[in-house]
Amino acid sequence: MAWICVTGLIAALAVVGCGGGGTSTSTSAELQSVGKGEGELDLVNWPGYVEPQWSKPFEQQTGCQVKSKDAGTSDEMIQLMRTGQYDGVSASGNASARLVDGGDVAPVNVDLVPNYKTIFSDLKDQPYNTFDGTHYGIPHGRGANLLMWNTNDVSPGPKSWSIILDPKQAAQYKGKISVYDDPIYIADAAVYLKAHQPDLGIDNPYELNNDQFNAAVDLLKQQRPNVGEYWSDAAKQIQAYTNGDDQVGATWQYQYFALKGDNQPVAVSPVSQGFVPDEGATGWSDTWMISSSAAHPNCMYKWMDYITSPQANAEVAQYFGEAPAQSKACDASTLSAAAKVIGYPADTKFCDKYHAAVPSFWKRVYYWNTPVSDCGNGSSDCKDYNDWVQAWTGIKG
Amino acid sequence: MEAADALASAPRRSAGRRLAGLFHGHGGLQAGALLSGPLAWLVILYLGSLAVMLVAAFWSVSPLSGELVKSLSLDNFKTLVDEPVYRTIAGRTIAIASLVTLTDAVLAFPIAFYMAKVASRRTTAVLVVAVLMPLWASYLVKVYAWRQMLSTDGVINWVLNPLGAHGPGYGNTAVWLVMSYLWLPYMVIPIFAGLERIPNSLLSASEDLGASPWTTFRRVILPLAFPAVVAGSIFTFSLTLGDYITPQLVSNNQFIGNVVYNNVTGGTNLPLGSAFAVVPIVVMILYLLVARRLGAFEHL
Repeated sequence: MAWICVTGLIAALAVVGCGGGGTSTSTSAELQSVGKGEGELDLVNWPGYVEPQWSKPFEQQTGCQVKSKDAGTSDEMIQLMRTGQYDGVSASGNASARLVDGGDVAPVNVDLVPNYKTIFSDLKDQPYNTFDGTHYGIPHGRGANLLMWNTNDVSPGPKSWSIILDPKQAAQYKGKISVYDDPIYIADAAVYLKAHQPDLGIDNPYELNNDQFNAAVDLLKQQRPNVGEYWSDAAKQIQAYTNGDDQVGATWQYQYFALKGDNQPVAVSPVSQGFVPDEGATGWSDTWMISSSAAHPNCMYKWMDYITSPQANAEVAQYFGEAPAQSKACDASTLSAAAKVIGYPADTKFCDKYHAAVPSFWKRVYYWNTPVSDCGNGSSDCKDYNDWVQAWTGIKG
Repeated sequence: MEAADALASAPRRSAGRRLAGLFHGHGGLQAGALLSGPLAWLVILYLGSLAVMLVAAFWSVSPLSGELVKSLSLDNFKTLVDEPVYRTIAGRTIAIASLVTLTDAVLAFPIAFYMAKVASRRTTAVLVVAVLMPLWASYLVKVYAWRQMLSTDGVINWVLNPLGAHGPGYGNTAVWLVMSYLWLPYMVIPIFAGLERIPNSLLSASEDLGASPWTTFRRVILPLAFPAVVAGSIFTFSLTLGDYITPQLVSNNQFIGNVVYNNVTGGTNLPLGSAFAVVPIVVMILYLLVARRLGAFEHL
């Protein structure tokens, strides 16, 4: 062994032969008090969640330099968090449970996050942010996935997802339909079937038994020949709408606002429908979670409090186009001040449009969740996420 | 004797000199020191990770907790055989890799021939730089550029539409086009090197013996240059086989790499991803065996 070490040193590869790499300490217990910032903060986030307009003031206040990494899918977020190189993540419900199960994130002491108190109560203690009574994060905001179309090509505007999911209607836009490239999209088909084929008895689009699952998968296989592009990168979809490759499809607020800002002729379901097509929609309720191996836990706690402060939460919510989690973000003066910072026109009705304070509205929005075999009704013959991934491979072919 | 002298005067020398003395005259030690780093790299990091991957292919995932079950079974391979979608994807990947290889060979041969046998020294140098230049640019930038060109409002349609035609759009044809573009330099350079090795005197001799240029090409140049073409094809074939970004950006069709990526990044089924990754390895082993028979390794 000594010989290998000596020669290894000579060959300038000491690391391999002699070891000596540091081991990172993981702290899975809750923090008891927030101390001085560590000077840096590494985040994994959805595109549009960490922008200079509100991350710069945070850096000035706390001295924590923000380094953010955009992720396009929940799977990508989990993969990045498992590297242990990030302090926190804006996890959706289809990532949070897996992150907790995998020990990738740590419990959060909500008492150390003063702004948690005034967060909308229907976002607290939810199955995607609280596990066995332990809090694992701070709610960020929520929204519904959108149906978006090019107004030059699609007129009148559709009221239903059938324009891309009903085989006959979708065929009119063959090769011009744009669909989210993630197994979780199977839930969109389930939401559609819940409304159009009630005899299947679908209740929760993430808890599907064999028949319900197969019906959803078959629907997407019929949709496949009409799909122009599967997207998982927001920039790719923006480009495809700009270039005329896509005319109608499923999207996020982020792309819609980016295209609007570029004066592209796009539209989504109107405010009168709550931005949601007739059947309802899949959506998300995101949670800031802290890594169990966070190198900068104090900065992460400061960030979780900052991003849910009325002003910052109003900025990110309006920038991205989602309902804020912070109830005080909805004050007219806060909304106007926030809009000014991000360069948007003032909109004091913002929270009403997005139904931020109307719990009943969110019954029609099915937050992303991790499918598990436990159906939630005593039986455990539901399809788990593994089955969803395999089925998605089969759908795309 | 020299070694003994060195040892005798060792106490007065510095540690570095003593170490140098230790190596002096010990050929095995010298070679060991020189190679231990690269060998450690090759065995531990390169072959080691490959071995872990191969073992993982026989593991499975617990349907309840999603955790790895480290007991050996052939279930993953059974899934790959039973589910037709995996055969379709493997078939598509291999077919496009073959097509790209063929296209690049046809495109590269005249370029390489001109560079090796016709052009002046100066022109050859310029052409070598020109062929290698695309490799200086980022792979992603090139694929995104093609994505722009192939789009509905892209430059290809802009040129073709007035003529009543339209471009291929996104799909298998686009993947074939982009891959053929990306890997062309890897075909040109080996063929160029192979052709350069053919002495001009052989071509003159063939001519003197009354062979037409076509006969010279067919009976002298092609047999001598063929191993070089096979050498180039190893690159174009394997690079296409392993790519997963181009198919994602210019088509909706999955390659083997996309399925592996989805299974691994999903964090859900590393074993199935590993099992599918065995397919290109087997294909490449077979390919390399054939290539060796054709003498390609003398031209790498």
